[in-house]
Order: sequence, then structure tokens, then C-alpha cells
Amino acid sequence: MTVRSKRTALLGRFLTHAVLLLFVVFSLFPVWQVVNISLRPGNQLLSTSLELIPTGATFENYVRLFTEADFLRWLWNSTFVSLVVTVTGVVFASMAGYGFSRFRFAGRNIGLLSLLTTQMFPATMLLLPMYIMLIKLGLINSYLGVVIVYSATALPFCIWTMKGYYDTIPVSLEEAARIDGCTHFSAFYRVILPLAAPALVITALFSFMAAWSEYLVAAQILQDTRLWTLPLGLKSFESSMSTEWGMYGAGSLVVMVPVVLLFLALSRWLVSGLTLGSVKG
Amino acid sequence: MASVRLENVKKVYEGGVVAVHNCNFEVEDKEFVVLVGPSGCGKSTTLRMIAGLEEISEGRVLIDGQVVNDVAPKDRDIAMVFQNYALYPHMTVFENMAFGLRLRKFPKDEITKRVQEAASILGIEEYLNRKPKALSGGQRQRVAVGRAIVRKPKVFLFDEPLSNLDAKLRVQMRTEISKLHRRLGATMIYVTHDQTEAMTMADRIVLMKDGHIQQIASPLDIYNGPANRFVAGFIGSPAMNFIEGRIRKERSLVFEAADGAIRLPLDKIQGRRLADHVGKPLTLGIRPEHIHDAATSPRTMASWKIKAGIEIVEPMGNELYVYFTTSAAGRQYVARLKPDAQPEVGASFGLAVDMGKAHFFSQESELAV
Repeated sequence: MTVRSKRTALLGRFLTHAVLLLFVVFSLFPVWQVVNISLRPGNQLLSTSLELIPTGATFENYVRLFTEADFLRWLWNSTFVSLVVTVTGVVFASMAGYGFSRFRFAGRNIGLLSLLTTQMFPATMLLLPMYIMLIKLGLINSYLGVVIVYSATALPFCIWTMKGYYDTIPVSLEEAARIDGCTHFSAFYRVILPLAAPALVITALFSFMAAWSEYLVAAQILQDTRLWTLPLGLKSFESSMSTEWGMYGAGSLVVMVPVVLLFLALSRWLVSGLTLGSVKG
Repeated sequence: MASVRLENVKKVYEGGVVAVHNCNFEVEDKEFVVLVGPSGCGKSTTLRMIAGLEEISEGRVLIDGQVVNDVAPKDRDIAMVFQNYALYPHMTVFENMAFGLRLRKFPKDEITKRVQEAASILGIEEYLNRKPKALSGGQRQRVAVGRAIVRKPKVFLFDEPLSNLDAKLRVQMRTEISKLHRRLGATMIYVTHDQTEAMTMADRIVLMKDGHIQQIASPLDIYNGPANRFVAGFIGSPAMNFIEGRIRKERSLVFEAADGAIRLPLDKIQGRRLADHVGKPLTLGIRPEHIHDAATSPRTMASWKIKAGIEIVEPMGNELYVYFTTSAAGRQYVARLKPDAQPEVGASFGLAVDMGKAHFFSQESELAV
């Protein structure tokens, strides 16, 4: 390598890292701000200080969050609703995606297009018809109501994700399994489902997050404070006269933790290429 | 082991496309039958119908005398080796091979014994704990074969299993599968588009084209007595030469090419056989190895000499492929000569056609006459 090309390579690496660093700062700044607000004594939202840790930093807001607010109940409600939505999403999307990927049946294309079309409507537009439906079904103020709405809105994306992934898994694997002694269904869950782990993880994360951070639908359906999920609880820190910014910040961070942990725990499954070596490629 | 019989089996896909027309043949117990033909001839579809992976539109498939049209693949007691191996990537080699036995609830000891036995036959004992991605193409194919043999099924089905291997490995695996057939005494149906595989491995060949069976016979019978022009052209490499023309009656019967550039007297046996075809348009088929250097050809071929314009000479080491024409705008033919022949490109060269080995086909029906 000549000196000149070495220099160009070095400059290229420097620029790449500079751009990446800029994006990291850009992404982490709001998180740092929230950390900062949650640690400030009293109830200060605005500050011109650029200190990493604010002067007089205290965990008081975190303590108050668990002692003065009903935070643990909201946390349990959110966890319960999110896990049910996740399981529903994974179970239905994994099977529906498989059906769309492997079978040719009347209405297949229309079905796929319809699923895609639902993604084009904003949530606010679906709110009224869903609300009316839930009233008629007597599901207002119930976990089942939010679970149905969350699952219905998350499933189309999840089904498409699963279908796309199944399309990349060779059909011959199922055929080999069916000859080895599997039924069509057991070939699906013994051979195809384990191979679709990366897509299942994405589906699970998407479903979980769709329910975990949702506010608009929950605000309409869950009017009983005992059923509130975390976003509704956090919103309750804001009142017409004042807002508990410190607790708001502390709550936001605690809400973020499970999602981050979930990502970390599942990250190894997000690596694709699990099918490498199964067939000639 | 078992026999397999196909009775008027037909496959019609959506939109009315017929992939296989009235297919009839029987594979006897312990027989190695190869389905061969060009791409799209219906050979893989036929195999998949036997396996139960493809619905049968019409007709019946019988395994060991039992109609299996509506029997699930798992209940047909068959094993199949796929072109792309189809190994389960999330399982080790051992688990791949044991999968079918576990599903059939075999005792653990029996599973281990059978897998070890198959692995030792195929020389893959040291890879049993590896995942498929850590194996080479040849090793993966061995595992795929191993997965089939551990189950000791009634019938083995192979769907172009060697197509993805390089030429050297293909030859090696070809002989290994043949040895395995003899060792297991199994009924095997093997699909390939490679006529060399068909010729070297089969007890009988089923040659297909456009969903129709063209001929069912032993490799040598197909080679020496092709039923029609397609079969004659498909089997043999380089392919058989075809010369369109007619038989004329002169002092004896003579085959004359349509462009008049080739005139070859028929031998007595052929003369008697083809007496009824005098004047009718026929195609003469002659294999490249039945065209010889005129200078060194036996005296019996003295009247079968032609003048050839040499276009290309391909030395193969043990033989020469010589491409030639017999007239200015004529078709190109090929001869397989001994390596000591000395044809020169662009020059004229004397060749002798062994008319005793010639084949004749009707131009109308393309059937052998």
C-alpha cells in the first residue's frame, strides 16, 4: 500500500467514525436530558447548564415514584398487557405468515394486500370505530379490550415480517421432515419455527413495544385508574396547574429499562444466517 | 424392500399445464431405476408424486402393492435425498440422521447404533457433532444419504443428488451410491438430467421428454437400440450424428443424404430390414465412435468412406473429437477417432462410417425403423 492510499484510507476511517459519533450524540442527547431532569432536585424542567450530572443530583424522584405514585401497579398492568400482546402476536403471526408463505389459496393476494392497507391508516382514524366496537362488545375498561386493539394493529406488520422470512427458508426442509415422519404441522414447528427465530424475535419485540409504549388507545379504553398502563400513569404526573417533571423523567427511564434489557437479551437471535449450511447456496 | 408401480399417472398443474402424461412403469424389488431427461421433462414431478410431495391428478401409485395416492409421505416408508441436501441447519449431523428415528419413537440405543452404522458406511463418523454449515458439499451430501439409510425404508428416492457437487466429487459419490445400492439391496429411484449418471448407475433407465416416457430399458439396450431420434440424441456424448436423406434402390440399397453429399450402401441385414422404406424420408443416426479414420479402418468398411472437411479438432488425450462437414453449407458432424489419427483443420480427411452400427428413424414419427 502506498503512503497516499494509506492516508486516504485513514481519512476515510476518520470521517466514518466522525459521522457515526455525531449520530450517537444525536441519539443519546434526549436520553441524557431525561436522566438529567430525573436527577435534578425539585421540579426543574429547563436548565441552560450542560453539566453531565446536575448540581445537587438526587434520587429523590425515583424514591417518590415508587412510594408516592401507583407506579408498581402501572408497571404490572403494562407488563401483563404487553406480554399477552406479544404471545398473541407471535402465535398468530407465525402461523398466518407461514400460511401466506407456503400455501396458494383463494383470497391469498387480497388478504396480503388488505393487511398492508391497514398499515396506511393512522391510529387516530381507527380509534373511533374500534371504540364503538369495544363498547358493543362490553370490553371498555378491560385488559382484553386493549389486548385486542394492540394485537389487531401490530399483527399485519408481524405477519408480513414472518411471511418474508419464511419465504427465505427452503421448502425442501419441510419436505424432508414430512418424509422423515412429520405431519405438515409438526414439520412447521419442529423444523421451520426454530429456523425462523430471528423473525420471531422481531415480531415479539415489535408486539411488545407496540403495547408497552402505547398511550392513545389506552387513554380511551382504560378509564379505571387501577387498570392504567405505564404511559397513562406517566401522563398523570402532568396536571393543569403543574407537571412533576422530575418524577416524569424518572418514570420514563424506568419504563425504558425493560425494553433495553429485552433487546440485549434477544440480540443474539437477531443475527440472521441461521439457515446457513442447510441447503446448497 | 419393495416394488413401486405407476399406473397411468398424470400431473396437471393449475392453469391446465400437464407436467406428466399417463406415466406407466414398474420398479422391481431391489432394482435401481434412473429417471432421466432434459429440464422440464417431468422426471422430478414423477419422483415427487411417488414421495407424496405432489398430488397425483390421475392414475395410481402403488408401493409394495398398496395404492398410496392418499397416504402421507411419512406413512409411505420411503426416504428421499434432495438436490440441495435439505439438512436441518439447527441440528447436528447426528440429530439430522436420528430425526426420523426419533419421530418413530425408536429406542435410544437403536438410534445410536443405526446412526453410527450409517456414519461408518459413509465415512462421516468424525462429523457427527458438527452442524451442517461446518461441512463441505460432499460431506453434506453424505449426511443427506445417511439420513435416508438409517431408516431402512422400503424405497429410496434421489432427486438429482449430485448436481451441486463438482465433477470429481460427483464421480466419487456416483460410485458410492452404486456400492450402497448393492450393499443395502435396496429399491432405488434416482432422478438426474445427466446421462452419464443414468448409464453408469441404472439397472434400467426411464427416459422422459415433455412429460412423456420415451423408452424404458437397460442402459445398453437404450444405447444400442434407441426407440426414437430423441432417445438416440440424448444418450451418448458427444451426441449421435443425424443425417436426413432417403434410401435409394440401385444395384443394392444406398442411403443418400438430402444434399447428396453422402452416399452410403446399406449392409445386407439392414437392406432386408429397410426394404419397405425405399424412397421414404429417413434420418440416419450414427454415433461419433462409429466413424473411423478411413486410412486405418477395416477392409469391410471400404464402401462406406466419405470425404470430410475438418472444422475443429479437440484432442482429449485418449481420443480425438473431430468436427467436420461433408458439403460447403452442410451440417456439422462429429467423429471420435483414435489419438494417432492426424486430421488437419481446414483440410480434407477420409472417414469411414460403420454402417453396421447405423440407426434409422422415420422423419415423420421420429421412431426407429
